[in-house]
Formats: sequence, C-alpha cells, structure tokens
Amino acid sequence: MLSRAAGKIAQTLVVLLIVSIASFSLLKLAPGDPVLLMLGSEFDQASYDSLNHALGLDQPMIVQYAEWLGNFVTGDWGTSYVARADIFNLVVREALPVTLTLTACSLGLAILVGVPVGVLSAVKKDTAWDAGAAVFALTGTAFPSFFLGILLIWFLGVKFGAFPVMGFVPPWEDFWTGLYHLVLPSITLSTFFIGMIVRVTRAALVEVLDQPYITAAKARGEPGWRVVWVHGVRNIMMPVVTVIGLQLGGILQGAVLTETVFSMPGIGQMLTNAVLGREYMLVQAGVMLTAVLFILVNLLVDLSYPILDPRLRPR
Amino acid sequence: MAVGEASLDPSTVPAGKAAARAKKPRRKSLFLRRPFFSLALLVALGFVLCAVFAPFIAPYDPTAQSIEAMMAPPGPDHLLGTDSFGKDILSRIIFGARYALTIGIVAVLIGAGGGLVLGLAAGLSTGWLEWALMRLIDSILALPSLILAIAIIAILGQGVDKVILAVGISLVGPFSRTVRSDVLQVKTQLFIEAAHLMSIPRLTVIRRHILPNVFFPLLVQITVRISEAILVSSSLSFLGIGVTPPTPDWGLMIAEGRGFVSFAPWMSGMPGMALAILLVALAIVGDAVREEFDPKLKRAQ
Repeated sequence: MLSRAAGKIAQTLVVLLIVSIASFSLLKLAPGDPVLLMLGSEFDQASYDSLNHALGLDQPMIVQYAEWLGNFVTGDWGTSYVARADIFNLVVREALPVTLTLTACSLGLAILVGVPVGVLSAVKKDTAWDAGAAVFALTGTAFPSFFLGILLIWFLGVKFGAFPVMGFVPPWEDFWTGLYHLVLPSITLSTFFIGMIVRVTRAALVEVLDQPYITAAKARGEPGWRVVWVHGVRNIMMPVVTVIGLQLGGILQGAVLTETVFSMPGIGQMLTNAVLGREYMLVQAGVMLTAVLFILVNLLVDLSYPILDPRLRPR
Repeated sequence: MAVGEASLDPSTVPAGKAAARAKKPRRKSLFLRRPFFSLALLVALGFVLCAVFAPFIAPYDPTAQSIEAMMAPPGPDHLLGTDSFGKDILSRIIFGARYALTIGIVAVLIGAGGGLVLGLAAGLSTGWLEWALMRLIDSILALPSLILAIAIIAILGQGVDKVILAVGISLVGPFSRTVRSDVLQVKTQLFIEAAHLMSIPRLTVIRRHILPNVFFPLLVQITVRISEAILVSSSLSFLGIGVTPPTPDWGLMIAEGRGFVSFAPWMSGMPGMALAILLVALAIVGDAVREEFDPKLKRAQ
C-alpha cells in the first residue's frame, strides 16, 4: 500500500518535471526577444549585452531552467507588464479563487443532478426514462458550452431578467449575491459534466445491480431504495470519482470559456487576455497552474481508492 | 447436433441446415437498427455538402458588407438575418461549414498521425523507455486540449493554419493513449507470438500484424474525435485567439454577436445553432460507430 503510493508519487513528480520543462520552453519558444522589448528602439551593443547578462539570458539553458524552476516553486513568477503587478498575486490570489469557486459550484451541481439521473436511468433500464436520460446526456456532452451560456444569458438574463449575466461577487464576502451570480455560469459549465456523470453512473450501476450481493439484499427483504442507494451506489463510487478526476481537465477548459462568456475574472479570462496581450509569462503561469492542479487531483483520486473501496485495502 | 451424427443420417442434413438458417436471420442493416444514427449521418452529410458547394448555395458573398442591411432580422431578403456589418448570416454559416469541417478533419488527422507514432513507440518499447514514454504521454494529457491549444497559439500566433496545427497537436495525447492500449492488446495475441517463434523480423511483424490491428480502432477514434476538434477550434475563435475576422468562422460569429444578444439574438443564435446541431449530430454518429465497431466495448458487453 505504502509502496504503491510512493510509486504513484514518484510518477507524479516526473510528470510535473516534464510539464515544467514544456512550460519553460513555452517562454523560450515565444516570439520576440525580451531584451529588445525592454530596451525599446534605441540601444547599443554594450547595453544589450549588460541587460542580457543581468536577466541571466547568456547562461546555458539548463542553468536558466534551474533558476526559473527555483523561482517558480518559491512563488516568484515575475511581473506582468500590462497589469504592472506580481504574477503570483494575479494568478493565485485573484484569478484562482474565482475559477475554483466556479468549478466547485459546477461540480456540486453536476453531482447533484448527474448521479440521481444516472441511477434512475440504470434502475429503469430500457424504458422511456432511460432513453430520455441517454438523449439528455448525449446532448449535454456534445452541446458547445459557450453557446449554451449565451442562450442562458439571452433567455434567463435578458428576456426574463431573472439572473445577473456578468461579473463575479465573492460568496465569502456576500454569500447570497455571490451565489446568485454563480447560477448561470454553473449551469453552463456543469452541463457537459452532468452528461458525463449520467453515463458513468448508469453504466456502473447496471453492472452492480446484477451482482449476487444485490440479489441477496433483495432476498433479505430490504426496501428497494435501500438496495439501490446503499448497496448499489456505495459500489459505483470508484468509477464515478475516477471520471470526475479525469474530467477535471475538461471542467478547467470549460471554465476558460464560461468565464469569458460571463466576464468573470478567473484563470480563463486571464489566460485569454495574456495571449492577446502577448504576455508569455502570464500564459505560462496559467498553463503550468492548470496542469499542476490536474495532476494533483488525479494523484488524490488514485490515492483515495483504498478509502472508497475497502476491497483494495491491504489485508 | 454433432457433425458425426449428421453424416450418419443424411436425411437430417437439409433440415439441420434450414434450422441454422432460420436461427440466424440476416441482421437488419445498420441504418434500420439505428434511426437516430441515420438521421444524424444525414445532417452531418448535409453540412459536408454545404461546405463543398458553398459558393453555389450561399445567396450572398460571406464577407460582403452592406450598410443598408445592418442587423436585419431574419426575413425574406436575408433568411437568417445579417450581422452588425450587414453581412448575410446564412451565407456565412454555409461558408463557415468549410472552415469548421476542414479544421476539424485536418486537425484530427494530425493528432491521429502523432498519436499513432507516439502510441506505437510507447506500446512496443519495454523497460525504462516505455516508462519514460508513458510519463511523456501523461504529461501531454495533464493539459486539457483547449489549454494546450491556447499555449501553442500563444507561440504560433493566430490564423486558420495555426489553429489547425494547435488543435492537431492538442489531440496527440488522447490518440497516443488509445493507440498504446491497442498495441498492448495485440501484442499478447497468439499470432504475434507465433510470428516471433517463426523468427519473422520484428519490423515485418509490426508492419504486417500489429499496424493493421491498430489501424481500425484508430479509424473509429478519428470519427469520434472530429467533433472534439471542431469544438476546440471554434472555442479558440470564440475566445478571439483563433482564426481572425472577417473569416466566416462560427465561433467567431458567436463571439461577434455576443454584445448584441439583447436586440439581435440571431447574430449569435444562428451560427450557435449550426455549431450545436453539427456537434450533436457528430456525437450521435461517433457513439454509434463506437458501439458498433469498438472491439473493447464489444468485449465488455
């Protein structure tokens, strides 16, 4: 058990290392010479060389990489030229909480809707309910989320004026207003996820309901809801949690679009503006952060298997 | 009925044959068994026809501006209305099908090509090389395709060709993972072992036995992932970092209409519906193709 965890952690560290190298190359591959950018149009060779040296750009690549990695790990991510602010503050203190709040709300909504619909679909297998759920899941996963967001803005926001259509109010400052602002973005972002969860839940539960222990529970005269929700759902947690972990990447990329549709100042909006403004350090920080989040969540998912399924615990 | 028994009594043979024929009725055609699939395939083919014959179908030039017809609602002159520059939305949607499908298909082919190479390498190698290649694939997969495409666009810049390349590269990860698992599956088959025992050269085994067995699942994957490529490319354009105006790209059109949603909802709505209909149709086609042909799903059932 411990050695399995250690192996997983070692693998994760290697993956993080490769991602960091790729992230570093993004800066190096980006068009434009940072020294020329800083010097402007008039300069001589001596000032070019001295600035080049001061920035450490005359060092061998491996030294530059090591220095960059050290800075990154210690939270020194450089300065944004456009916002004139520390990138670590911009990304981690300002943008990340917005994205995480949106992600958490959407995830919660997706589980609240997706699991019951999936369970219903599995219990009423091969009925109209099941077919309806399948159509719902397919449309949910295939529909372009950013267009769904615009439809919601047009219909619920503009036509009925029921919900605010843009901006972000931190729920930790004003809980109800914050939540109110999060309604449309969360629906937008969770639709894809709901479809995904419905499918996995159904597939897993259909298989579980065929197991002998379900027949045994029924034979003992346990009520139907108890058989499904206690014996059944308990046993589909692993595949569902795995899919949630694997699809975290999908939800992060959905957040990029949702934030743009609803003008929320999260990682996604920051990333888009950084690409348009050619702020490569900001792009790189956003990309690296996304990857690290994804990798760590999947490590957690992996390590949580023995907790979710006692059969995987060492004897 | 055992074979030997039948040969002893010739009179039972025709009856047995007839019974066998009756037991195995001809399978209904794929199109009859899956009405949704047929409908979705027709819709997708309709988009393909629009893309191919765009200049003959489109009533207007997709980039022609007109001051008189600015933001005209859908009507007899402009069936789906016009945008803020007076460009005909129907014509732009028809020409947009060209961009969506071209970008989607070429990008998927790039992703499949890259994934085939990387997946084969990871599947066929052993020891530390396999471990290293696996971690490389893990690293690519750690970035969601849209984020990876954004990073590549940041380096390459905007434009149709760059979007194709960025989306293509962003699909290499998922493709290489499936190719690798297919290779591993084939590698354990008896006929591969037999080929090795017959001391057939390794390269010949790969070319004659492994590649053909990996190729078909790859084709299935390609159909399934075209919609993903179209979604990512139109997302890039929607964010304003994909193809540049005035290209009639659906994502771009949806973004342009976003500010006018309260009084000209057709500007975003029409191209959005086109994109949504194509993506849902492709998803239905992809699902059916996977269910019919994916050997892994078959085994699971």
